[in-house]
Amino acid sequence: MSWLQGLGARALDIWRGWGHGALFFLDLVRAIPAALARFSLVVVQIHAIGNRSLLLILASGLAVGFVLALQMYYALVTYGAAESLGLIVNLSLVRELGPVVTALLFAGRAGTSLTAEIGLMKAGEQIAAMELMAIDPRARVLAPRFIGGIVAMPLLAILFSTVGILGAWAVAVGLIGIDAGNFWSIQQNGVDVWRDVGNGVVKSAVFGVICTFVALYQGHEAEATPEGVAYATTRTVVNSSLAVLGMDFVLTALMFSAPT
Amino acid sequence: MLAPGPLHLASDNLIEIDHVTFGYDSSRTILNDVNLVFRRGQVTAVLGGSGCGKTTLLRLIGGVHAANSGRVVFDGEVVDTGNRAQLYKLRRRLGMLFQFGALFTDLSVFDNVAFPLREMTNLPETLIRDIVLMKLNAVGLRGAAPLKISEVSGGMARRIALARAIALDPDLIMYDEPFAGLDLISMGVAAKLIRTLNDVTGATSLVISHDVPECMAISDWVVLMAAGGRIVAQGTPAELMDSQDPEVRQFVRGEPDGPVKFHYPAPDLAADFGVQPLGAQVGTGAAA
Repeated sequence: MSWLQGLGARALDIWRGWGHGALFFLDLVRAIPAALARFSLVVVQIHAIGNRSLLLILASGLAVGFVLALQMYYALVTYGAAESLGLIVNLSLVRELGPVVTALLFAGRAGTSLTAEIGLMKAGEQIAAMELMAIDPRARVLAPRFIGGIVAMPLLAILFSTVGILGAWAVAVGLIGIDAGNFWSIQQNGVDVWRDVGNGVVKSAVFGVICTFVALYQGHEAEATPEGVAYATTRTVVNSSLAVLGMDFVLTALMFSAPT
Repeated sequence: MLAPGPLHLASDNLIEIDHVTFGYDSSRTILNDVNLVFRRGQVTAVLGGSGCGKTTLLRLIGGVHAANSGRVVFDGEVVDTGNRAQLYKLRRRLGMLFQFGALFTDLSVFDNVAFPLREMTNLPETLIRDIVLMKLNAVGLRGAAPLKISEVSGGMARRIALARAIALDPDLIMYDEPFAGLDLISMGVAAKLIRTLNDVTGATSLVISHDVPECMAISDWVVLMAAGGRIVAQGTPAELMDSQDPEVRQFVRGEPDGPVKFHYPAPDLAADFGVQPLGAQVGTGAAA
C-alpha cells in the first residue's frame, strides 16, 4: 500500500501548501493599512515595479497591435468587413489581450525580480534581521510591494492596450489604407467605457493581485540557497501564468456572458 | 567550578533557559532539555562545535522559534512566540549581530545604522544623524558612512552591523559567530569592541562562537556546549582553561580526536569498501 500512502502524503502536502499560501495572503492583506500609513514606501514600489516592466510592455503592445491589425484585416477583407477592423482590434485589446498579455509579461519581468529580491533578502538574513529589530517585514517590505504590483498592473495594461491600438492604427491607416475617420468612429460607437474598458481594468487589477502575491510568496518561501532562489523564480512564472489564464476564463465568463 | 546547571540567583539573571527542548522537525532534536542562565551585565560566551545548536539557542531567545517544551525567560517574562505584541516589545530590548551582518544591501552604511532609529523612533533627522555618526565612531567607521554596502569588506560589514545592533542601546546584545571569516586584525578589533561596548553601555552580551582564544579573552563566563545542546561545562575562562576534563581539554586545545570523534558515525570501513577485514585476510593466507 506504499503507493497509496505516497498519494495521501502528496495530497496532504498540497493541501498544507494551499493553507500556508492562504495564511500568507491574509497576512499580506492585514499588513496593507500599515503600509498605506507610510505611503512613500508604496510610491517607491509603484515606480520601481512599473518602471521595471514599462519598456517591455510598450514594445510588446506595439508589436501586438501591428500583427493584430494585419491578421484581422486578412480575415475580415474576405467577408467585406474590413471597416470593422478598428472595433475588433480595440475590443480584443481592452477586453483580453491587454490584461492577459500584460500579466504574463509582468510575471516574467517584475514578478521574477520581486521573487529574487525577497528570496535573496531572506537568504542574506535581512528579513530575519528586521524581525529581530521588532520591525514587521510584512508591513515594511512585502505589503508595499503587494500594493505596488496591484496598482502598477492596470496602468501597464492600459498602456499596453493604448500602444496596441496606436500600432493597429499605423498599420490599418498607413499601410492598408483604411479610412482614419472610420477606424476611430467605429470604436467610438462600439466600445463601452464601463463594460469593455472598465472590465478590462478590473481584470488587470485581479491579475495584479495574483501575480504579485505569487511572486512575493515564492520569494518568501524560497529555500535560502542559489538553487532555491532560482527554482522559486521559475515557479513564479509558471504559477502566475497558469493562475492568470485560469482566472481570465472565469472573469470573462462573469463579465461578458450577458448579451449587450 | 565546572557544573552543568544554573548557578546564580534568579535576580541576577537576564535570561533563563529552562528545560528547553527543540528540533526543526520531529526526526532531529537540536536542543535536548537545556538549562542555562545568562547573567545581567556580563559577557557570556557559548562555545561549541558546528551544528551543536548554538545559533538555535539565540533564535529561541529572540523568539524566532518556539521551544517544543520548556521555556525561555527574558528579564522575568516568558518569551511567547504566539504573542506578537509581547514579542516585539521584547525584541526592542535586544540587538543582534548576524553571522554575515545581514545588512540591507540597497542602503548605504549610514542608512543601515539609521534604519532602526527611523523605524522605531520619532526622532528628528538631525538627531538621528548625530546618533548614527556616534555609533559608527564607536566601531571606527564614521568615515565610511556614505559608502555602499558593496564597497565595504567583510570585517567592516560586521562592524557596521554591530553599530546597527547598538543603535537603540539594547539591554541584550547577541553575537552570532562574530569572529567567523575575519582576519586576525579584524578579529582583535571585533573582540575589543564586544568587551568595550558591554562595559560602556552596561548591556548584557551573549557571544556564540567556536573561536576559543577570542572568547576566553573577553568573556566573564563561558559555556561549553556539545551536540544536542548538552552542556559539557561552564565557568570562568580561567577555570575552563585549567580543566582536566578530557572533553573540555579537547575543545579548548582544538585536538582533532578525543571524546568528540573525528569521524561522523559510519558503517564498518571494510564493509563500505567491500574488502575483507585485515585479520580475516591474514587467517586465509595462513590456512593456504
